Amino acid sequence: MDTINVNSAEDVAEVIRWAAADEEALELVGGGTKRGLGHIATGDGAPHQLNLSALSGIALYEPEELVVSARPGTTVIALEQALATEGQRLAFEPPDWGPLYGQPIGASTIGGIVGCNLSGPRRLIAGAVRDHVLGLSCVSGRGEEFKCGGRVVKNVTGYDLCKVLTGSYGTLAAITEVTLRVVPAPARTSTVMVSDLDDAQGIAVLATALSGKSEISAAAHIPADVENGCEQSLTAMRLEGPGPSVEERLNMLGTSHPLEGLKMTILDDEESGQFWRETRNVVAFANNQNCTLWRLSVPPSQGPAVTARISQKVNARWFYDWGGGLIWLEVPEDLSDGGAVLIRDAVAEFGGHATLVRGAEQIKANFPIFQPQPSALSNLSNHIKKAFDPNGILNPNRMARDG
Amino acid sequence: MLSRVFRLAENRYSIRMQMPKPEPEILAQRESFIRILRKIVPGEGVISSQEELRAYECDGLTAYRQRPLAVVLPADTNQVSEVLRACSECGVKIVPRGAGTSLSGGALPLEDGIVLALGKFNRILEIDYDNRIAVVQSGVTNLRISDTIAPQGFYYAPDPSSQIACTIGGNVAENSGGVHCLKYGLTTNNILGLEMVLMNGNIVRLGGRHLDAEGYDIMGLVTGSEGLLGVITEVTVRILPRPETARALLLGFPSNESAGNCVARIIGAGITPAGLEMMDKPAADAAEAFCHPGYPDNAQAVLIVELDGVKAEVDHLIGEVEDIAVEAGATSVRTSGNEEERLRFWAGRKAAFPAVGRISPDYFCMDGTIPRGRLAEVLARIATMSNQFGLRVANVFHAGDGNLHPLILYDANVPGELENAEKFGAEVLKLCVEVGGVLTGEHGVGVEKRDLMGVMFDEDDLKHQQRVKCAFDPAGRLNPGKVFPVLHRCAELGRMHVHRGQVPFPHLPHF
Ligand SMILES: Cc1cc2nc3c(=O)[nH]c(=O)nc-3n(C[C@H](O)[C@H](O)[C@H](O)COP(=O)(O)OP(=O)(O)OC[C@H]3O[C@@H](n4cnc5c(N)ncnc54)[C@H](O)[C@@H]3O)c2cc1C
Repeated sequence: MDTINVNSAEDVAEVIRWAAADEEALELVGGGTKRGLGHIATGDGAPHQLNLSALSGIALYEPEELVVSARPGTTVIALEQALATEGQRLAFEPPDWGPLYGQPIGASTIGGIVGCNLSGPRRLIAGAVRDHVLGLSCVSGRGEEFKCGGRVVKNVTGYDLCKVLTGSYGTLAAITEVTLRVVPAPARTSTVMVSDLDDAQGIAVLATALSGKSEISAAAHIPADVENGCEQSLTAMRLEGPGPSVEERLNMLGTSHPLEGLKMTILDDEESGQFWRETRNVVAFANNQNCTLWRLSVPPSQGPAVTARISQKVNARWFYDWGGGLIWLEVPEDLSDGGAVLIRDAVAEFGGHATLVRGAEQIKANFPIFQPQPSALSNLSNHIKKAFDPNGILNPNRMARDG
Repeated sequence: MLSRVFRLAENRYSIRMQMPKPEPEILAQRESFIRILRKIVPGEGVISSQEELRAYECDGLTAYRQRPLAVVLPADTNQVSEVLRACSECGVKIVPRGAGTSLSGGALPLEDGIVLALGKFNRILEIDYDNRIAVVQSGVTNLRISDTIAPQGFYYAPDPSSQIACTIGGNVAENSGGVHCLKYGLTTNNILGLEMVLMNGNIVRLGGRHLDAEGYDIMGLVTGSEGLLGVITEVTVRILPRPETARALLLGFPSNESAGNCVARIIGAGITPAGLEMMDKPAADAAEAFCHPGYPDNAQAVLIVELDGVKAEVDHLIGEVEDIAVEAGATSVRTSGNEEERLRFWAGRKAAFPAVGRISPDYFCMDGTIPRGRLAEVLARIATMSNQFGLRVANVFHAGDGNLHPLILYDANVPGELENAEKFGAEVLKLCVEVGGVLTGEHGVGVEKRDLMGVMFDEDDLKHQQRVKCAFDPAGRLNPGKVFPVLHRCAELGRMHVHRGQVPFPHLPHF
């Protein structure tokens, strides 16, 4: 396989124009940490790798305007450090999935995060990556440079192409610059932990808290024995804001139904930070590289019903984020279909979708990695793909084997 | 409030806006096509008498009017699907319509097209408090959602000033905002699912009650697409618990500069108010005369800053904002002591449009967004333009997110003033783009800003957008003449201009 390195948007356009003319497939790579996510990009032959990692650096940062523009190869860590010096951050809390694929931590790039629309625990309240992308510069599969969006939050000028490009796994265009909305970091963070609740109780506690007035910014339930050395389940709720506000909300949460009378622990800034970092990076399931790992997005209140349905049939381990709406679920490696049929049936029953995040090559080759769509929708998706990439040269087959 | 806008230009009929040429063969088939529609939507669901069609001849942008071929009011999603299929087969154009409050002419009819109105889609289907969502049909009004869930302590965050009338489907089509979107986001950030009918009659469901749908974010693409990609029939919205308290500050400033500076400092201090609104003197004076909210007498600019959340947080931040305001040179600082006072501060802002309507026979409401830091400079240049064009302007805007609503005052009965006002408006929007902003923050492009799209986007940018249109509606039957200044045929847009056999980038390093 051939790797082509590029340094500028013009380079990217030139490479894609060539590939489009010769119908050569390109695999777009940033930090390369998530090459294991999705189907392997395949063309007629092995695709050329278009390496965007040298296209990096912050192009514009105006803290008072709450906006930053960066080239796609900028690592998330570098970006977050720059924001931290101004007391700001990315609201969507980008996770680092590198270790899930045996890659080092810290190599993940902002281009990859936008390309895959990966958000962490705060997605629950602050929105996903797609809610914070203000503008993009791209090169489509036609080899043409184009931009969409802008650098201001309120913008309804033309179609919001940023939305469809975010989370398109590089199948529509190569991103050459992203403009993101940033937010102030809070003065204080605390996490309330309750232990020893079962799944249904834990998710019910989270739902009640999320419907209350204490403005929880993250809500997870980790069943017993998922975290190493943790014999009891943990139900966690994070509060962020000015000091006096967090104080009052802690009080409010602790003295009202359903937490009243339960034993609680409070984690402060540092410890709280570590807990949520481990949750968003799925540390609990990163070590055992052989297990098959799924990520399910379901209506939050249905989380326990979904896992109950699955665990009736297979020996699974899981934990919940997003108040029950995000389930990370590990099944044994010896299931020939990786649990695909069972898991997709469960999701179909309760609503939502499931992604095979990690699994043996023969499972990934034989089962759809992303939730299959009804035909009217997959037809529309194919038309959208063709609109941007008529020759099908950008990350072909990465999202679905026919698109 | 709405009626004032609707009454503005009743005696005006001219359409100067260039629209796609009516197709004579479609006009000739009118009667037979209406019969087809009546088979699909029986009874009173098809409106065809000229008298009744008048009610649909314009939306909130009343300067442009056109009676449609017919109006159809389907009662369910299957009827919508059949209507679209029939239109596809016969080549008839469609203009979707919610409540018709669009300020950019998005729902302006076409002479050879039908208006597909969602008035009968008025049911709230389900409220699911456990998952904090509501499922509603697209014709339900924005305010009805919040009113329905208020007893349980919930609300739907996006709150356009037109919320008593506008529909959730229209909100999705325009990606509408409101005074609270600084903290809570626009429509696109507050919906989780859609049911939509495509031009070929296919019914698709996007998202649901889970976060982050699978596949391409088609829901995000459709939000703000101004009725050009499909007809929205059902929306799943996120609902939020109402904050414990809300308090507002009313601040008076000696100049637009000092007010603009205060806005920048509040945001710079890491505070995200629930609302941060500004009015310049003409707008504040008009509001004061209209409903006497008690705005400071001598102020050249008025800011309303609202903070919400738990009491301790609100009290804490109110203190911080008071300090910032004084530092920024506020000459008057008042803090709401109770709910009644808070609502009084807002009353003037909420009535600003009708209030301005009383001091001028007509006005155009502009809607550009700029980087916050350029507020004072942009206002100064608008003032200069106001002198040049000889037209008064009152500025009302969502200062927190830089979304301007200059109201250009004119009198349509004075020959040439409307045209002059249009030119002035175009200059304001060009200025917004020049300083790094955009043509429209929340009202949409519609027909109003269509011909300015080239100021913000180049040919390739626009073609990438138009190819998306082709993916949804290859024959271009859905709401044509809106958003895009030039209608290209899809076949022409799809063509690839490639040169085979080029030397593949010899200067780039390979491995
Ligand atoms: C006094 C006043 C104040 C306003 N204040 C605000 C404000 O604060 N913020 C703001 O954002 N806007 C505001 N607006 C603008 C307007 O109310 C919004 O754009 C609103 O969302 C339009 O909703 P509607 O139901 O009236 O849609 P319509 O005007 O009927 O249609 C608007 C567009 O959406 C399309 N459309 C409508 N329904 C559907 C559907 N079901 N499927 C597909 N396409 C559809 C139409 O084709 C058209 O292009 C205001 C308007 C007025 C008159």
